[in-house]
Amino acid sequence: MRKIILSAVAALALTAGTAQASGDAVELHKQDWSFNGLFGHYDQAQLKRGFQIYKEICAGCHSLRLVAYRNLQAIGFTEDEVKEIAAEYEVPAGPNEFGEIIEDGELRKRPAKPADKFVPPFANELAAKAGNGGSLPPDLSLMNKARKGGPDYVYGLLTGYLEEAPEGVEMPDTMYYNKVFPGHQISMAPPLYAEAVEYEDGTEPTLDNHAKDVVAFLNWAAEPELEERKSMGLKVMIFLIVLTAMFYALKRRIWADVH
Amino acid sequence: MSEVNWKNPVIKWVDSRLPVFSMMHHSTAGYPTPKNLNYWWNFGSLALTVLVIMILTGVFLVMNYTPHTSMAFDSVERIMRDVNYGWLLRYLHMNGASMFFIVVYIHMFRGLYYGSYRAPREILWAVGLLIYLAMMATGFLGYVLPWGQMSFWGATVITNLFSAIPLVGDPIVTWLWGGFSVDNPTLNRFFSLHYLLPFVIAALVGVHLWALHTVKSSNPLGVEMKTEADSIPFHPYYTIKDLYGVGLFMIFFLAFVFWAPNFFGEPDNYIEANPMVTPAHIVPEWYYLPFYAILRAFTADAFIYLPFQLLFITPKLAGVIAMFGAIIILFFLPWLDRSPVRSAKFRPIYKQFFWLFFIDCLILGYVGAKPAEGILVVVGQWATLYYFAHILVIIPLLSKFEKTRPVPDSIASAVTKTAKTEEA
Repeated sequence: MRKIILSAVAALALTAGTAQASGDAVELHKQDWSFNGLFGHYDQAQLKRGFQIYKEICAGCHSLRLVAYRNLQAIGFTEDEVKEIAAEYEVPAGPNEFGEIIEDGELRKRPAKPADKFVPPFANELAAKAGNGGSLPPDLSLMNKARKGGPDYVYGLLTGYLEEAPEGVEMPDTMYYNKVFPGHQISMAPPLYAEAVEYEDGTEPTLDNHAKDVVAFLNWAAEPELEERKSMGLKVMIFLIVLTAMFYALKRRIWADVH
Repeated sequence: MSEVNWKNPVIKWVDSRLPVFSMMHHSTAGYPTPKNLNYWWNFGSLALTVLVIMILTGVFLVMNYTPHTSMAFDSVERIMRDVNYGWLLRYLHMNGASMFFIVVYIHMFRGLYYGSYRAPREILWAVGLLIYLAMMATGFLGYVLPWGQMSFWGATVITNLFSAIPLVGDPIVTWLWGGFSVDNPTLNRFFSLHYLLPFVIAALVGVHLWALHTVKSSNPLGVEMKTEADSIPFHPYYTIKDLYGVGLFMIFFLAFVFWAPNFFGEPDNYIEANPMVTPAHIVPEWYYLPFYAILRAFTADAFIYLPFQLLFITPKLAGVIAMFGAIIILFFLPWLDRSPVRSAKFRPIYKQFFWLFFIDCLILGYVGAKPAEGILVVVGQWATLYYFAHILVIIPLLSKFEKTRPVPDSIASAVTKTAKTEEA
């Protein structure tokens, strides 16, 4: 009797925990990410390809404001490469020797350094909206953690565009139909297509690969600590299991004379 | 317990001036504990373990957190990305809150099952409930600090509850916020109080232990310790049993920290607070969900609202009263339950109702997590009714009419009897 109750309770608790999503949520296809599971880790080559896609496509509209150029060393770029990448962008330079931040009517700028955060594509939210038909392209630093389904959701969204909305669905001119996006109407035009970027490592440039690579990169951007976290977890667990086993043995021994 | 004759001269010198060693001895090796406590009695020491972890991680998180609306979210992300082991501190603290409630809920249900709240443990039980209330407040305040969408909107919804108070409701809400909406003054005071309350909890835990050591532990049989044969010293028997429990618990706790750190969280809280955008569903943290369901059960057309309607109380105020009332009535439990027998072990009908009550709380939690629509509205109303009926009606009636099973004379006799049957 009690067992039945307990298992019913456990089942209920589990559904309560996971099933809070909004009403018309679409079932996401779970992908076999390299960073899933107990031993999950990032595939550096994939992260580099993902960075290439972010840089050449996403960064046109989406900022990545919590990530610094120096962080790119963690995905396999050398210090010099990071310096080169950073130097492609400009950041406000601060005051000159006369205390002026504006020279010749322009904000003083300098090339970005590795310590700078990724330079956003627009000066501010209003500029971003103005440049995108009134919609604000969200920052992507935490995108994989900020949506139900995480990486599977972002992958589903990037590959979930339909050329034509299903029959009976009225679409405004500026919207696109997406299977995964809540409400199915999204302002972002399909950002990825086959051969959207040219891979240097010979990976097949399919839409699916593009989407997977950029999602992996965004997952690293959202959870840069993931590899350290999971590998530390394994060590801590082994330690705890041994420690607990010793506690148990000691408990048996100490309690042997009771009863 | 008798005085200890310390041999070490230094210890003797200190102890005769400040009896710390006598006190330590008194509450460990000299503290009698029932010999028949089962593993459900581990959860008190587990709660203390989590409290210590929460205070320690919290103190270090504060060193890198900035309580300002324009910096709070980014300062948390800086902890996650740039502070050495900041991600570990934060995930321990975040999941520790959920663990604290899991452990305390089990601790409380254990008390309900075995009648641990019965005389002479009424004050012990009441202090425990005060700790629980302080935990609820602390958890709520802490959830606001990362300044994500759920932080902001959760704070807005919960503080707005006070507006249900007649006449002074709105001024009180303005006073709580320190302005006309949840904003920087709110965040600042929530941060201050979130740092203060854990120490209030620690003090209350001290009182809880003081009361415990005065009346001693209850036990699964619900009969008091009478002779020395009934008890064993806390140390080393229960220190090692508790340590074993802590080991198992840490495995459970850290599995979430290392592999599913956001399991208990809401993805929306990784979006920075935005007063201009309301999330589709505002859900509180899971540990408030049953009470959230009770709050929402009182709609204008709900049958449970009728008695309040007759008193000209608005549905919103009725919900708030019921939500706080759901905890307040627990303080009266020791006087509502008058059964001659304490433990559900010897109360066949109470045992069934206990599990019904437990399931009822889970149903309330489930309803609280879901949008209030369709069949769930009615389910929530009936589950709310059962919650109150269980405490206020069923328990008093059961204690009068239930036919209980014979209770053993003493712990020792029951323990030896089971030992004999096992041998046979």
